[in-house]
Amino acid sequence: MGVAKYTKDAKGRITDVTLQSGIHVKPFYGPEDLERVGFSYEKDLADPGVYPFTRAIHRQGYRSRAWTTRQYTGFGTSYETNERFKLMISHGQTGLNVAFDLPTQMGYDSDDPMAEGEVGRVGMAVDSLRDFEVAFKDINLAEIGSGLTINAVASIMLAMYQAVAEKYGYDAKVISATPQNDILKEMIGRGAWIFPVEPAVKLIGDTIEYSMTTMPRTNPVSVCGYHIRESGATPAQEIAYAILIANAYIDNVLPRGYDVDEFVGRFSFNFNVFGNIWEQVAKFRAARKLWARNLKEKYGVKKEANMFLRGLFGGGGFGLTKAQPENNIMRGAYYALSAALAGAQTIALCSYDEAYTIPTPHSAVISLRTLQLLMDEIGLRDTVDPLAGSYFIETLTKEMEGKIEEEMANIGKVGGIIPAVATGYIQKLVSRQAYAFEKGIQSGELLKVGVNIHTEGESKDVELHEYTGETAERQIEELKRVRRERDQRETTRTLLDLEKATRAGKNVMPYLVDCCKAYATVGEMTKIFRDIYGEFKEPGLF
Amino acid sequence: MDAVSSTDTVKEAALAAKNIRILIAKPGLDGHDRGAKVVAHALMEAGMEVIYTGLHQTVDQIVSTALQEDVDVIGLSIMSGAHIPIIEKLVKKAREAGIDDKMIVVGGVIPIRDIPRLKELGVRGVFPGGTPFAEIVSVIRENVERGQEEKWA
Repeated sequence: MGVAKYTKDAKGRITDVTLQSGIHVKPFYGPEDLERVGFSYEKDLADPGVYPFTRAIHRQGYRSRAWTTRQYTGFGTSYETNERFKLMISHGQTGLNVAFDLPTQMGYDSDDPMAEGEVGRVGMAVDSLRDFEVAFKDINLAEIGSGLTINAVASIMLAMYQAVAEKYGYDAKVISATPQNDILKEMIGRGAWIFPVEPAVKLIGDTIEYSMTTMPRTNPVSVCGYHIRESGATPAQEIAYAILIANAYIDNVLPRGYDVDEFVGRFSFNFNVFGNIWEQVAKFRAARKLWARNLKEKYGVKKEANMFLRGLFGGGGFGLTKAQPENNIMRGAYYALSAALAGAQTIALCSYDEAYTIPTPHSAVISLRTLQLLMDEIGLRDTVDPLAGSYFIETLTKEMEGKIEEEMANIGKVGGIIPAVATGYIQKLVSRQAYAFEKGIQSGELLKVGVNIHTEGESKDVELHEYTGETAERQIEELKRVRRERDQRETTRTLLDLEKATRAGKNVMPYLVDCCKAYATVGEMTKIFRDIYGEFKEPGLF
Repeated sequence: MDAVSSTDTVKEAALAAKNIRILIAKPGLDGHDRGAKVVAHALMEAGMEVIYTGLHQTVDQIVSTALQEDVDVIGLSIMSGAHIPIIEKLVKKAREAGIDDKMIVVGGVIPIRDIPRLKELGVRGVFPGGTPFAEIVSVIRENVERGQEEKWA
């Protein structure tokens, strides 16, 4: 949910505000605060588009280009997803964001016993290239970019995307995919992991290397502080862990003989927007600065454009409430305002009904309109970084920077991000914080409108997307047809090649593309990885 | 029990000595475990012994862990919307394994209108997201104690 802690005196006057990252907010700020934190215009701020990019990565900010809107879409079969895509594009959405069902995310075919009851439930089911052919039919893949919300098998889905684009006549060089592809955050917070840490990170390295050479407009990895925050991390931890995770992926690619400048410019980030508005704005500004400094000082990145923190700032799912759900429309608007004030390149909002159901087309359009309204109606494109120079915002940004660095140092003390995830150190820390947060809500120490203040009666019941099993039946029938009609000899050959390449530790991407083109299924490809790599062993809970 | 006057003392001692053991399980492929972990912390703080299965568990795995760990309560955390088919399966498998005396509770994304059906299936506590910890703890404690009393009666 994300609210600060307030201490009040007997008359109800606020005597202290503590932000989630542990920073105390003063009643007012002045020049002496900037002095206290050692603020310097050149070093800490600089003009927009100038290192360290605290203010913005582009000199003209939203004047030259408004942010991209990208609502999360996709449910049921590829046919339904295709219709929803076209609807969102007709309403002016400029990028797609694909949701996959859980069996696909976990690398199981729709007819696998593990997939029972889950096919098409929370996103689109993908078994083979056939499903992508339907989902992306009549969509201009040279113009529209696609976010693919998938991680453990992102390599497979990226290969599938190239395969479908080529099938529809697009050159791999012109298409732009953004697979989420951040497995370390899955191990911390979202749980859709399959393979152990090491091979899982190697697969991400493969996609980065392959994109660099074959699909240069693709953003192979979207590092997600977002889910880490949803799991209970503070805003400072969200940024700290994301930077360290991104570094882990860089460290996997560097030994393959590339210069960091060749690939790091395509990295992107996904951060959360719920919480205290000032803390969010300061967080994003500090994050831009720290990422640029990390690349320049630690990795010796030379090209300035490669130091840009490009990202989707959005969502805010954990901030939404089932109680008085219409309030979520306003919450979303304020969250979007935080993101826009902080110079986000891409914004997506959770829809107001997402706290209790899968968003309807109507609610998805409301979210889109919320963003368009900020952009076209009330002046968010007028000037870059409008809060710059505020005594408060600049002090807070500096303090936030300090907190993020502190959190990074804490992970250094336990041996770095990979051991911190593999041993469950971070998972334990954030789950304890989540518990403390929840207690704060239940005790009323943390305020939440409609939940523990300004409440009214019953909260809205959750509505589940109707799931009849027909979706699964149709999907399984289609899958069987694909297996029947494909050139089985070719499929087997490509799968054997994939197996050999995997065992040999080669980059698996070209082999995956061949498998996809031969209509090998997601389950068949994943099984090869499962057999060779094994599975991640979840560390103990407490 | 063939015992006489000592029954009450034995029962009391048993209740006092025996911490409530609860299995927190995440059935299915969903990996959103914030809720499961938060509730696990609350139950531990209330003095219960919590065993957590980890993610991606099949119903068979959950039943087998419940059997091995000899828990009093099986608590499922389900966010996927598949709570009714999962509970139906769990009840059936628990019966087959001879552990249908275990109390079953469920939390997560559960519509209020599904509660009667879940109760009908034998679920003793349904805790949709946001249920106060105190309520979860007291429902579990009361039911386990009642179960113990029936056993000793």
